[in-house]
Amino acid sequence: MTSVSDKSKQNGSSVVSTADLCRHYRMGETLIRAVDGVSLQVQSGEFIALLGASGSGKSSLLNLIAGLDRPTSGSVVVYGNNLAELSRLELSKYRLRTVGMVFQSFNLIPSMNLMENVELPLRFAEVDRNKRASLAQTALHRVGLSARLRHRPSELSGGEQQRASLARALINQPRLLLADEPTGNLDSHTGMEILDLVREFNETLGMTVLMVTHERTLAERYAKRLIFLADGKLVDDQRNHEHETVPTLQGGRP
Amino acid sequence: MICAPADSPALDESAREKITQLRDVLEASPDIRFITELRYQDKPHLTLIAALPSSAKERDAFENMQGQFFSSDSAPEAILQKSFAEELLGKRRKPGEDDTNVAELGPPLLGKDLVMRYAERMATPGPAITASETNGTQNAVSDHADDVAGAAYSVISREQTLKIVGISDLDPDSLRGPGRARVFLPLKFAENLHVMQATSLRDNSSAAANTPTYATVSVRVRSAKNVATVENAIRKMGFNTFSIVDATRSMRQFFAVLDLFLGIFGSLALAVASIGIVNTLVMAILERRREIGIMKAIGASDVDVKKLFFAEAGAMGVLGGAVGVALGWTIGRVINIGTNIYLKRQELPPEQIWFVPWWLVLGAIVFALLVSLISGLYPASRAARLDPVQALRYE
Repeated sequence: MTSVSDKSKQNGSSVVSTADLCRHYRMGETLIRAVDGVSLQVQSGEFIALLGASGSGKSSLLNLIAGLDRPTSGSVVVYGNNLAELSRLELSKYRLRTVGMVFQSFNLIPSMNLMENVELPLRFAEVDRNKRASLAQTALHRVGLSARLRHRPSELSGGEQQRASLARALINQPRLLLADEPTGNLDSHTGMEILDLVREFNETLGMTVLMVTHERTLAERYAKRLIFLADGKLVDDQRNHEHETVPTLQGGRP
Repeated sequence: MICAPADSPALDESAREKITQLRDVLEASPDIRFITELRYQDKPHLTLIAALPSSAKERDAFENMQGQFFSSDSAPEAILQKSFAEELLGKRRKPGEDDTNVAELGPPLLGKDLVMRYAERMATPGPAITASETNGTQNAVSDHADDVAGAAYSVISREQTLKIVGISDLDPDSLRGPGRARVFLPLKFAENLHVMQATSLRDNSSAAANTPTYATVSVRVRSAKNVATVENAIRKMGFNTFSIVDATRSMRQFFAVLDLFLGIFGSLALAVASIGIVNTLVMAILERRREIGIMKAIGASDVDVKKLFFAEAGAMGVLGGAVGVALGWTIGRVINIGTNIYLKRQELPPEQIWFVPWWLVLGAIVFALLVSLISGLYPASRAARLDPVQALRYE
């Protein structure tokens, strides 16, 4: 553990830092190494695509960084928080404040309208009721859903639902956006619309983005760094040269 | 409270005085009552007559009396119960009709005379006489005539004129006071008549002596709380006792048993309902696993999830309680309406048998809330413990 924290200190600017991260499951007799010794540094403001075939462990890695799952061994440190050492309550606060999540299947709560869905993280953050409504309205306006505030998720198209879930992910102003196949259930046109939004947030808000996808063309189009996983191991980590010349808000380079 | 002689001691004047001196006893008066014939304007009326001690004047039972109480404890005067007064005047009351006002009965009857025919008991010295007299029958008890000198008495028919001084509102069917009697006489006066009472036959030996013994003595006690102790004291003296407390004892036991059974059924229903709530909530958790996973992924803590399900259980409880109270109230209303239809057919005044006090409404809802919150404890903590990754994977 000491070596890990030393490492994270060395890379002061890295917001996500994993060291020899493992997540093993036991399925009956067989041991599944979903994440198997991944060491990764993510700098602030990066837009990273995690690529790999299905079952390569990219979603498991994302869940570990999101604090939804705990590592079997190794460490994952996000903004100075060693997630393996946080209590359940601290972990929930971390998910609430530090990360925002977007899923392939949108994961909006079907019994609530968009306003209520977007307000939900504010409720958990115990934000004042009146303030909640205006914040949710602003967030939905930003993703272009001002006309859909009182609609239920089932009344919306996939693209609209994903926009709403983006609004929800950003409502608590997290520093890290984790997206798990955000375009998986969308056609390529709406998928690009969503990723345009994500890139906008990345560039204007300086938000670090980690996106799991298996669509290489989309990854190359939007991400500044591509990380390839296979069988739970990190097999390639490359800069996306198309974005070499695009400066980030902070003026740094990925 | 009434005491009747048990086997051994005689319930006579000295025993009565002893009872009077017991703690918390206000008064002990011999209970004289007999059925006999009263003539009013030459029409005979058979009725139950009872003696009243002068202390009865202060009791609320005689508050609404027309006329006045007896002028003295030995005056040949009578107070009539309202229904008897109506009978004398030839009025017949239809069932369900409003009571006639006592005031209407006063003027035609007060000050009038009644002739009472009764049987006087007289001790007969010497052996039994079997012959009949013209004026009455003589009763002989021959069993042990030789052993007991005065074991015989005669019964002589007599007439006595009584003046009607009052008409009372007292309900003849109430157990309070000398119940069921319809004509009252002053106690001393009634005692001196030596009227043959039905119970006299039982203790004929003492009846033979000319010292009065009583079939029963009514004892008035300071408060209902003292009844049991006074009763015990009198029993120790060797008399049987009977009180309203005794009369209601079996009824109270019945209701206690009824309460017990209702309580058992109630708690069974409660247990089943709690299991129902637990089951419903556990099912809700299974159904909404994904929802719980989403909430956790976007930052809900265990406590947040627990609160949510707890609130749901509470809402269920309040709603259930409110519906239950409404249902109970409706059923009560239906029973009330039903009984009142029945009572109306029987020409009886309507009665409010079923009613729901406000504290019960509040209590039932609060209780339902508590029960469902307790039932919600386990499901809520189960929901809180759910692993978000697995919950999210669940479709």
